[in-house]
Amino acid sequence: MNAPNGKSGRLAFRNARLIDPASGLDVKGGLLVENGRIADIGPRLFNDAEPRDPEIIDCHGLVLAPGLIDCRVFTGEPGSEHRESLASASEAAAAGGVTTIVTMPNTNPVIDEPSLVDFIKRRAQATAKVRVAPMAALTQRLAGEIMTEIGLLKEAGAIAFTDGDRTVANARVMRRALSYAATFDALVVGHAEDPELVEGAATTESEFSTRLGLPAAPALAEAIIVERDIRLVELTGARYHFGQISTRAALDAITAAKRRGLSITCGVSAHHLLLNELDVGAYYTFRKVKPPLRSEADRAAMVEGVASGAIDVIVSSHEPQGADTKRQTFAAAAFGAVGLETLLPAALGLYHDGHAGLSQILAALTATPARLLGLTAGTLAKGTPADLVLLDTDEPFVLDERTLHSRARNTAFEGRKFQGRAQMTFVDGECVFSRAASRGPSGR
Amino acid sequence: MTSTSLPPILKTSHLLGIEGLCAAEVTALLDLGESYVAQSRAPNKKAALLKGRTLINLFFEASTRTQSSFELAGKRLGADVLNMSVKTSSVSKGETLIDTASTLNAMRPDILVVRHQDSGAAELLSRKLDCSVVNAGDGAHEHPTQALLDALTIRRRLGRIEGLTVAICGDILHSRVARSNIRLLAMLGAQVRLIAPRTLLPAEAERFGVEIFTDMKRGLAGVDIVMMLRLQLERMTGAFVPSAREYFRFYGLDREKLGHAKPGALVMHPGPMNRGVEIASDIADDLEVSVIAEQVEMGVAIRMAVLDALARGMS
Repeated sequence: MNAPNGKSGRLAFRNARLIDPASGLDVKGGLLVENGRIADIGPRLFNDAEPRDPEIIDCHGLVLAPGLIDCRVFTGEPGSEHRESLASASEAAAAGGVTTIVTMPNTNPVIDEPSLVDFIKRRAQATAKVRVAPMAALTQRLAGEIMTEIGLLKEAGAIAFTDGDRTVANARVMRRALSYAATFDALVVGHAEDPELVEGAATTESEFSTRLGLPAAPALAEAIIVERDIRLVELTGARYHFGQISTRAALDAITAAKRRGLSITCGVSAHHLLLNELDVGAYYTFRKVKPPLRSEADRAAMVEGVASGAIDVIVSSHEPQGADTKRQTFAAAAFGAVGLETLLPAALGLYHDGHAGLSQILAALTATPARLLGLTAGTLAKGTPADLVLLDTDEPFVLDERTLHSRARNTAFEGRKFQGRAQMTFVDGECVFSRAASRGPSGR
Repeated sequence: MTSTSLPPILKTSHLLGIEGLCAAEVTALLDLGESYVAQSRAPNKKAALLKGRTLINLFFEASTRTQSSFELAGKRLGADVLNMSVKTSSVSKGETLIDTASTLNAMRPDILVVRHQDSGAAELLSRKLDCSVVNAGDGAHEHPTQALLDALTIRRRLGRIEGLTVAICGDILHSRVARSNIRLLAMLGAQVRLIAPRTLLPAEAERFGVEIFTDMKRGLAGVDIVMMLRLQLERMTGAFVPSAREYFRFYGLDREKLGHAKPGALVMHPGPMNRGVEIASDIADDLEVSVIAEQVEMGVAIRMAVLDALARGMS
């Protein structure tokens, strides 16, 4: 099947449920794409059009929303392309309805140089199906000692600054980095785990970790850094985003900081919304993530945080690992799980369970990350690039790792029953994924 | 003619900082400095005003221009000048600053010029010695003769200080030159702007009645004077900026950034310069805009004025 293409021509959607969290729009109607941009949108658009016109996609009442922005994606390019390249990550993203991936600088070499930001952008341009927005390192070589050239990196196209899954241990360094970032109005994305407390730990300290006999760290390792960084933000006036949090204590501290008017936001990963520490089960290394899975009370707090809006964005925390790093004992295995293709189904679970409205869930995946990162994506506004996802909120499926598009298949959700996923994904009006096409002629 | 017969200029017997001086004292020092410019340009530069007086230069930090400037100023006024080298003295053998002070006191100097890496050192010595103490720079606190020579340079070039807009750019956090200049320029009615990345701005800097900018082009818009500061790497614990190339890109003075200042704006630098870090070479060497060499000349004149003024108060 030839996928419809609105990149250089016209493409119309009719009979869709249009949801645009940025404007609060949620109506039945149509949308027109011309030359890669959204040209028109409205309740009765194309109602009378000939449905067999190849330029018109009949959505049959499915949701048409802005493509998702995933703010936390680790790839293996450069350095570990056998786990994931920008191209393979983009395949997984497209299949998951994600049209912008925000890449982490934790590669080899570390993205801490303007020329390396340029490299990522060029490689993405040449090989990736979706947009790639690179973050650069906050400290040189992620060593937590000297801030990077934030001004030059920002000019080169770095959209935020982070040491990825590393916490800057030294408060003096962090203070300077935040202060320096504030000079350039750059967004800093922090990871909150006290490095000394979690040294050598594989999971959260609890009765369960004691039963398993695993090296564990107390969950408060997160709140200690969250509270430290909130104080430093207050001192320096920086814009700060906690890449992902996982505990109620952290959520409470951030909620209070927001109330004080500080420029602080936070995200949560799908893993920490759906799984708790018990899911580690019999030393299941694919559920060894960073930060580790927490207690059920903490998981419930994360769901509550998304529902109340205290948690701003939902991320996949996509972290591809290969057999070399995961087929190990639990303590020796690497952290991380892939997530680009389960981000949307996992987030939709909150909607089906009645925790939050569909538009609110989608906002945490589109409009809010766009606003934080200063991206023009994440909206259905006229004139913006036509990055779109057509999604069926109800389609039930069981996750089978063999169907994943990611080069690495270390999903934490193998065998899980989900409801709802992307059917088609468009970047600049061009169809980059179609589930009907990917199923082949014999169907599923 | 002896100095004590001239009208007094300073109310105190020390020059520890611009803080503590009033506008009348500063103006009188500048006027006096003006007269010493002429004397320094004459074939016979020598006067006998400080004949018989002893001046000791005590420099705990290396300095070329300030130390030689004070030495010349003292000699041109007829004083006996002794340069104490800290490296070879007992100070480097663990003697406390107070012990050094009592040793020096016993030598009965008339004026002690001191430079020290710690703020408050000149103040401490002034309390322990019977002679006049001149602060030639203490830590990140004050460097009053630098601010005075800067003011003299500006006044000779532009005829006034009141109403001018002066941008002080760079490593303000570690700079005693900035602190003295902020005090002096504000006292004489100039508008002062500070331009630096936030990591190099001291806490509560806005409390000094200055305007603060982190964007150099905006900060330089319409200024009469651009005062560049040296990135003081030796005073830094850990990194305040990521690299010299980024610093130069955003905070180094080049033609493009200078283009935002008022046409004909003057460029100053207390020295020593890091070319390609805080200032582009072609600007430093451009005599149309750079008054850096003139600052050095004014340094000798203003230090003669300071020594003269202090001697007038001596019995």
